[in-house]
Parts: sequence; structure tokens; C-alpha cells
Amino acid sequence: MEILTYPDAHLKQQCAPVETFDNELRQFVTELEAFMRTQPGGIGIAAPQVGRAERVCIIDLTGMTRGKKKRPVPNQGRLILLNPEITEWDGYELGREGCMSVPDYTGNVIRATRINFTADDAFGKQHEYTSEGFEARAIQHEVDHLDGLLFLDRLVSRRTDLFQRK
Amino acid sequence: MRNWYMMALVGKDRPGIVAEVTEALFAAGGVLGEASMMRLGSNFTIMMMVEIEGDEKQLCEALQPVTERLELHLHLDSIDPGLHQHQIPDLRVLVYGADRPGIVAQVTGALAESGFDITDLDSQVGGDSEKPIYVLMIEGVASAGVEVTHQALEPLSESVDFRVEEIETLIG
Ligand SMILES: [Zn+2]
Repeated sequence: MEILTYPDAHLKQQCAPVETFDNELRQFVTELEAFMRTQPGGIGIAAPQVGRAERVCIIDLTGMTRGKKKRPVPNQGRLILLNPEITEWDGYELGREGCMSVPDYTGNVIRATRINFTADDAFGKQHEYTSEGFEARAIQHEVDHLDGLLFLDRLVSRRTDLFQRK
Repeated sequence: MRNWYMMALVGKDRPGIVAEVTEALFAAGGVLGEASMMRLGSNFTIMMMVEIEGDEKQLCEALQPVTERLELHLHLDSIDPGLHQHQIPDLRVLVYGADRPGIVAQVTGALAESGFDITDLDSQVGGDSEKPIYVLMIEGVASAGVEVTHQALEPLSESVDFRVEEIETLIG
């Protein structure tokens, strides 16, 4: 696998829903996760970033920490999300994002603070989730990839007068 | 031979400056790098990286019709472009207070001493002309973290209000 980088057209296309939950799919998910863990940061990845136009993404903020004191980031471990649908958005905050598919560029993006969403697991069973803070931001970033959206599509001015909420 | 220059242009603000300057550079075969342009007071300021086939003299000549018509002051420095080496800021400092001489020197002095490397600073004078206020927004890389930076600014809290916060960057 390798990371596609913008302006690769695969990153700007709408991805198809997962319809067949078979061993081939599970094998792909396993490989995608292993690949994600080899990347710097490595807290999230979406299938289109490796050229597969299917609604699959993985998020795992377990190893992530904040600030010099290395405070852990609240998270619910590894999430394998197939056909994720965000159903509710609550609050908003400004945060800085970058993307493995957009090297050497970071910018400010406004995201919902808290989201509810549903997603299928690797066997096609649907689950409901709630997430907030950094993990919610990561999920919104990855779900955007499935709709052909990059954080570049949501950039706001670096002089935006909206401070991060705690 | 192609050369990189940092080009500074300053003049009274009016509509169309950016369009005319960049059109002249494009027509001269120039390539633009990163740029920062803004209105400061009633002046328009441009800091822009330009790569051109030729030297300073040729770049000046290419811009002369525009700088003359728009009354812009031009300054050029030969530079190493150093593109694709962005630093990701991890701390933001907001300072504001009644305007007085020395705010920027004291704030940035304290920050420098604490090991804070500024990547971006912008400041504005607001309020009314009798009671101006100064607002300073700084981003940078803090080697020592948020608490140390906060402590470094604490002695200034008599005369200014300030806030220090982490900038966490998500790479997804
Ligand atoms: Zn991304």
C-alpha cells in the first residue's frame, strides 16, 4: 500500500458503500490498519487514501497524548468504521489539521465538538457511537475522505478569531 | 540563471495592487513562492517570494511600470527559498491591553527567554484614538510547554491580559 497524495483524483471522489462483508474485505481492513500504524501520527486512515473507493475508515487515538505533559486523549480505542454515517453534530471548535495525503501543510478547520454516528463492523453489523473532542475531529476528518472531501475544503483563515474551546 | 528573491512592497492601500503586481511578475516569467500580504494602518504591505530568470535589476525593471503607477516602494533580498520545511506551531499566545510603548518587546522578550520560537505574529491597534488597545496574536513552537510559557508572561499581567493555549494538530 501507499498513500495517495493530492491532487490525485482518487481523493476527490465519492466512495461506494461496503455491500459485501467477506474475507477479502476483512483482509483489506487488517492490511489497512497495519499500514496506518506504520505512518507518522498514524491515528486515522480512510480507504480512498490508498486508492480503494469504498466507505472504510479506521481511527485509533489510544497512543495519542496532548501537550508536554503527555495527557492521554479521551478515546474509545480502535474503531473500524464501515459505512459510517454521522447523525448528529453538537457544538463547534477550531482546530489545526493536516493529512497524510496533503504533506507539509496544516491549517485551521472548524469541526463539531461532539457527534453521534452509526457504522457497520467488519461483519456487517451496525453499531451506534458517540464521540467528542479530538476523536470526534478525527472521525469527521476520515468520514470526509469517504465523500471526496479533504481538510483543504474546510480551511478557515489562520486569522480566524475563534479560539479553541477547552 | 533563475534566482529567488524576497520581495517587500509597501504603498498606500488601493484596490488592485495584488493583481497588478502579480500580473507584471507573471508576464516577466516569474514564479511565486509563499506570500503574506495585508493592510497595516492605511498601507498595503506585500512580502512575497519570487523566482525569476535574471537578477535584481531585471526584476526591478519588470515591476517598474506598476510600482511607479501605484507608488509602491520595493525592496529585494536574495534568498534561499527553503520551501517544504514548514514548522507546525504548538502554542498560541493572545495578548491584549491598553496600548503603550514596549508591549511587543516585553512579550516577545519573555517568550524568547522561555525558548518560544515565533512562527507567526500579527498585531492590531484597535479601540478609539483616545484610548487605543493593542491586540497581539502569536503562534509558535514552544520547547518548554504551556505552563512555562505562561509563567514567563506572568510578570506582565499587571499591564496586559493574556492567554496561552496549546495547538494540537491532527494528522488524519
Ligand atoms: Zn486525511
